Amino acid sequence: MSRLFLFYRSSIGKKVVMAVTGLVLFGFVVVHMAGNLKVYQGAEKINAYGEFLRAMGSPVFSHGQVLWIARIVLLASVALHIMAAVQLILMNRRARPVGYTHQDPIQATYASRTMIWSGPVIALFVIYHLLHFTAGTVHPSFRAGDIYHNVIAGFRVWYVSAFYIVAMVGLGFHLYHGVWSLFQTLGINDVRVDRFFRRLAAVATVAVVAGNISIPVTVLLGLIS
Amino acid sequence: MDVTLHVWRQKSAADRGRFVRYEARNISPDMSFLEMFDVVNEGLIARGEDPIAFDHDCREGICGTCGMVINGVAHGPRRGTTVCQLHLRSFRDGDTITVEPWRARPFPVIKDLVVDRGAFDRIIQAGGFISVPTGSAPDANAIPIPKPDADLAMDAASCIGCGACVAACPNGAAMLFTAAKVSHLGLLPQGQPERRQRVRQMVVAMDREGFGSCTNYAECEAVCPKAISIRFIARMNRDYLKASLME
Amino acid sequence: MELRASVPSGPVEQKWDNHRFEMKLVSPANKRKYTILVVGSGLAGASAAASLAELGYNVTCFCYQDSPRRAHSIAAQGGINAAKNYRNDGDSVFRLFYDTIKGGDYRAREANVYRLAQLSVNIIDQCVAQGVPFAREYGGLLDNRSFGGAQVSRTFYARGQTGQQLLLGAYSALSRQVGLGRVAMYPRHEMLDLVVIDGKTRGVVVRDMVTGQIESHAGDAVVLGTGGYSNVFYLSTNAKGCNATAIWRAYKRGAAMANPSFTQIHPTCIPVSGDHQSKLTLMSESLRNDGRIWVPQQKGDTRPPDRIPEAERDYYLERRYPAFGNLVPRDVASRAAKAVCDEGFGVGPGGLGVYLDLTDAIKRLGEQVIRERYGNLFEMYERITGENPYERPMRIYPAVHYTMGGLWVDYNLMSTIDGLYVIGEANFSDHGANRLGASALMQGLADGYFILPATIGDYLARTKQEKLDPSHSAFRRVEAEVTERTKRLLAIRGKRTVDSFHREFGRLMWEYCGMSRNVQGLQVALEKIPALRAEFWENVNVLGANEELNQSLEKAGRVADFFEFAELMCHDALERAESCGCHFREEYQTPDGEALRDDADFAHVAAWEFAGVDNPPILHKESLAFQYVSLTQRSYK
Repeated sequence: MSRLFLFYRSSIGKKVVMAVTGLVLFGFVVVHMAGNLKVYQGAEKINAYGEFLRAMGSPVFSHGQVLWIARIVLLASVALHIMAAVQLILMNRRARPVGYTHQDPIQATYASRTMIWSGPVIALFVIYHLLHFTAGTVHPSFRAGDIYHNVIAGFRVWYVSAFYIVAMVGLGFHLYHGVWSLFQTLGINDVRVDRFFRRLAAVATVAVVAGNISIPVTVLLGLIS
Repeated sequence: MDVTLHVWRQKSAADRGRFVRYEARNISPDMSFLEMFDVVNEGLIARGEDPIAFDHDCREGICGTCGMVINGVAHGPRRGTTVCQLHLRSFRDGDTITVEPWRARPFPVIKDLVVDRGAFDRIIQAGGFISVPTGSAPDANAIPIPKPDADLAMDAASCIGCGACVAACPNGAAMLFTAAKVSHLGLLPQGQPERRQRVRQMVVAMDREGFGSCTNYAECEAVCPKAISIRFIARMNRDYLKASLME
Repeated sequence: MELRASVPSGPVEQKWDNHRFEMKLVSPANKRKYTILVVGSGLAGASAAASLAELGYNVTCFCYQDSPRRAHSIAAQGGINAAKNYRNDGDSVFRLFYDTIKGGDYRAREANVYRLAQLSVNIIDQCVAQGVPFAREYGGLLDNRSFGGAQVSRTFYARGQTGQQLLLGAYSALSRQVGLGRVAMYPRHEMLDLVVIDGKTRGVVVRDMVTGQIESHAGDAVVLGTGGYSNVFYLSTNAKGCNATAIWRAYKRGAAMANPSFTQIHPTCIPVSGDHQSKLTLMSESLRNDGRIWVPQQKGDTRPPDRIPEAERDYYLERRYPAFGNLVPRDVASRAAKAVCDEGFGVGPGGLGVYLDLTDAIKRLGEQVIRERYGNLFEMYERITGENPYERPMRIYPAVHYTMGGLWVDYNLMSTIDGLYVIGEANFSDHGANRLGASALMQGLADGYFILPATIGDYLARTKQEKLDPSHSAFRRVEAEVTERTKRLLAIRGKRTVDSFHREFGRLMWEYCGMSRNVQGLQVALEKIPALRAEFWENVNVLGANEELNQSLEKAGRVADFFEFAELMCHDALERAESCGCHFREEYQTPDGEALRDDADFAHVAAWEFAGVDNPPILHKESLAFQYVSLTQRSYK
């Protein structure tokens, strides 16, 4: 235990925690996006998918148990990811008490330089998203279990859709740097695989962002109802 | 050619410091950036003003003593080049050039553009060596080393310890410096017995000095006069992970 | 003053082994009671400090740089020699010994050079074990290259950065000892004087270059590994901070200075581009393997080189030395270049350059091959001159880059003052009148890793001296002198900068005591230098205070010492009425213009004793006897 604690105390340890939790969350957003696309298969399919998520693990686990375990893992990942990020940001700020008059990046990507902003945007979005589609407290006509209705009705409000789209762009930037970066941090990256990880980050980013954004867009355009 | 310089002047560590404007007139494009400073300083001394202090020694790009941030870029606009090897032909007549010291908490300013990089020495002292007392070595050819490993170790070993990586890193991290040494020794068979202990101790020392963490910006690699790759950072991360969790 | 070389008896190949057995040892428990002060952290200083600390001594190490890793050994490019005979090409300890003695034009001590050749093999072992990434072949074994002055491949190298890698190896060993608390490291500290009490070296006075604090450090012995004095010429390939202050102060305290006029000129450096030039950059001599050296046949020809037809070029080395052509030794190539430029045939700014033309080689071998062989050198040339050497011949000119002379030391590396040891380029030993390529690194490491740690123990074991504290009155006296001198420099507030003086007298030295010398010139120099020195002490302008980082003050102190050093160099060059190795006296040459040695009168080391700043120095001679090599005259026709 003390070894883990010592490990976490180091800068690399915190980065590794960010990378591992980032990997969990990355896996989650990919699966989540794939599940979202079921909306195009109609109300029955996506509602059944929702039920499947709750029934997962049966009969070993009782109804909703596995889903709650997954939620706990995800929440813990988010908490650790944010805690490590905040500590690292503070550490980095302390390391450069006096800045330069001006400093233009040479090869750092826009995505890498805006992680500190795309992160909080995603955090705010996640809170809203949970209240919107999971708890339903900020939804105009929430019906428990009827995902299809909730999605269509939710995205008919244009500014809600707009916020979702903006948040997805933020997520895209975060993923684009984060996915490549996590392999670098975990030490899996090397010259031979560097290009693969960069492409993986780009492809995954485009897929997640495009897949997710397509839903509010099609709803607003009235293509599904 | 003529250029206008905005140079950071700071009398001592305790002084607050400020930018001062100097005109460098009739300078030759064949001068190195440091030779231009020599000329400016000769002029300052003639006027009875304190010359600008800056670190430099070999002036051929290998000792790692010189270093300044020029228009926001450590070692200036030419890639793979230290300030002493940067020539004025890389600038245009009439340019305004801002010159600042390396900025990082572990590199406190001593005077003007001179900073204290003792933190680097302390990181090496923590483990950047192979423990082999004089006289105890086996024959040099006793352990063959595959050429690709030796070449890669040499890539890492070419670090000159100038500190540009720290200066350029938005986080003030010393990852590239530390990773270069960890990788150099970790790639060689001679470095294996102490490999895990070395990386742990060096990372602890690096953090203790107050350097920032790595956000994989890769700015360090862009300014490194020896073009040392951030792949070595991935290598160090891997070694550190193994050393911390698997022993 | 008596010069006791203390060379052990017996056959040359057994001297070192016998000596090591005969030397007294300090018991392990007693070692920590001794404090050894090491000044300088280059190859010699760092390796010595690390090895002494490993043995158990208390070590204090000083360097003027901000880190011991930056000492100028770092700039050596080519490689390091060792008689490993890994190539099976007939190399042996004896051959390396023989080549070194001959290359030095028979002005080095046989016993020392033999020991150097013996230890060369241990150095490579030690460095490889430390993790020095020497070049390797695909089989995983060490690669070698050949180098000037030898017919075997015995040079080990790490790309073009051998000095850097060896220094980082020594630095890592030193850092380990610093981390263990066995070496107290003082970077940004400059030695300003030596403290000698009752004929024994007892410490140093240093200046903290950040605070200006003058500090005394007491010890049982002092080791100087402070490098060479090439910067006496202002322009040289040395780092800007390299200086002679430590050895000069030791000389003024009673250490003999040997062969100070032996300075080596490297033929392939990048020429001066204007008055602003602050230092010179060397390019590896290997370029001469594929390059042809020429100047226009017409004086002051300003046409670009590709417009000068073949028939109007003078390939002067090929013309004068048909057998060796462009591959004549360093000194011959350098003098020939200066001669054609002095006659007005030179090219480039100020007419101080000759073409080194690889056009034929590029045509013959293709650009790709040339890029593989010399890519890094071409890049360096392009960076400095802004000219593309693939399209336009490079311009080169000789520059000073190594000094064979230095403080006189005996076989044990001890100077004429008891307890003062001198290692690396700072001493005069092993290279005679000319150093072979890739031998400087070897000597620095042999001294630091293997010789000094053994011999200094013998001295400590034999010498009874009470422990001293820096509050001793002798230290107070020296501190007062140092402070007084600093105050004097700061009080002048004249009209000229330190650099302007350094530049002027450097030019004087280059002109009259550079690569060729004659009586008239040396006498002119001996008149002009004291006059310029007098002006310096009246008209130099050093601003600021002592109690701060004051780079002008640092330079002023060093230049003041160079002024005095320069005079001694001229005395030595004048006294040595022969030509040998790098010391070329125009009066003494063969009809072919080759150096003409005078073994009957000058087969000796000239060791000078200080007799006061305004008095001529006193000459002592250590005669050299050659039992194992026969003295021959070189010829490269």
